[in-house]
Amino acid sequence: MSLLSNTTVLLGKELRTEFRSRELLTTTIVFVLIVIVLFSFNLNPTTEESRHFGPGLLWLAFLFAASLMLQPCFVREQNNDTLSSLRLSVSDPFAIFLSKLCANTLFLLLMELLLLPIFAVLYNVPLLGVFPQLILVLSLGSLGLSVTGTAVSAISAQARMRELLLPLLLLPLWIPLLLPGTEATAALLSEDPVLRWDWIAILLVFDIIFLTAVWLFGEYLLEE
Amino acid sequence: MTPAGARRIGLRLENIDKRYGGLYALRRVSLEIAPGECVALAGRNGSGKTTLLRIAAQLVRPSAGKLTFSPAQTEAAPATKNTGFVAHATMVYDELTAEENLLLFARLLEIPEPAQRVESLLRDVGLFERRDSLVRTFSRGMRQRVAIARALLHEPSVLLLDEPGTGLDPQGVSWLAETLRRLRDAGSTILMSLHGESEISALATRAIRLDAGAVVADTQSGGNLRSILTFADA
Repeated sequence: MSLLSNTTVLLGKELRTEFRSRELLTTTIVFVLIVIVLFSFNLNPTTEESRHFGPGLLWLAFLFAASLMLQPCFVREQNNDTLSSLRLSVSDPFAIFLSKLCANTLFLLLMELLLLPIFAVLYNVPLLGVFPQLILVLSLGSLGLSVTGTAVSAISAQARMRELLLPLLLLPLWIPLLLPGTEATAALLSEDPVLRWDWIAILLVFDIIFLTAVWLFGEYLLEE
Repeated sequence: MTPAGARRIGLRLENIDKRYGGLYALRRVSLEIAPGECVALAGRNGSGKTTLLRIAAQLVRPSAGKLTFSPAQTEAAPATKNTGFVAHATMVYDELTAEENLLLFARLLEIPEPAQRVESLLRDVGLFERRDSLVRTFSRGMRQRVAIARALLHEPSVLLLDEPGTGLDPQGVSWLAETLRRLRDAGSTILMSLHGESEISALATRAIRLDAGAVVADTQSGGNLRSILTFADA
């Protein structure tokens, strides 16, 4: 019960500070928008071409945006040593991690939802018919990005050269997420859209493995 | 403010070592602090005061040795929940208001009627009129008041203070001394690092000096206590 109430209180704090400053959302939305627009102008793809390389481009853009978004996640807690006051206040330290994980997943999903219509227009790809399935794929992918990203952000926050360390640790870790995410999205954007459960299962397994690992060892990540 | 002390908790540190690489921040430190004691921790910069306080707050794991509380704390009520800690950093969020900060921590600590407790503390620290201002707009002294209010929210049985008077004006120091006096008299255990004599150091019933991570002096007698704090015997 304490875990749930602590997580809710901390999630409220995460949302309040982000919607007050809009630092993370603005940065990542602008970044992904630039990538999508630049590729569109540069390649001027037909619908057929977009179906071929669009999903990969979309997921790569989301991956880089996520690494941008997750960078300050725990660094912010270092500024005034607020991580220590949180550790002294919560009943279960996992609540600190869980609240950041929920907030990051929500921010990533929001960013993806805002940019999907722009992607659909610029790349001539109809998304309306497969929108619910696409949301399922993106939700599982975003959860995976957030779990690993939040964990690595906690590790790298206390390191020197953390700006370099985070992408170096994260990008290889995200390869098992990029492949099924891209393949599942490509299957949905094809001429005969289909929800590929095999790729969904891989995304789900990735999420479960890393969530369990973080639940078991997350407390150690928060120690000085 | 309601004085604390419903539960009296003592601290025991046994042969505590803390190494950062090859450097010893603390070396075989053994201390027993009885429930209700008010201990001043003195020492030059880098002598290990902050490390000792952070280990006592369970924020840093010692490289060797053992920290225990008496009576033993249960998992259902972890020792951290009975600890109030004021560090060098303010440990509050610049991008939240004073009231939002205190409400956040009051809710995490599951304090009954958090809004009332926060309002009462804001009045005590003299920030009620500025409760809706973001902490980042505060002066250093005002931030320190918020930091102290945060540490006192749950009326902790153990108070760990790292140079708590930093940035406070004379009225602030007097308020803090009076607050600590009430907490000490109500049975709270206080361990605080200080530099020199002040209204706050006058509350100490015992003084300990650290040098290069080791305890080099520990006294409860008035004159010696003063000389430890002022380095008159060093």
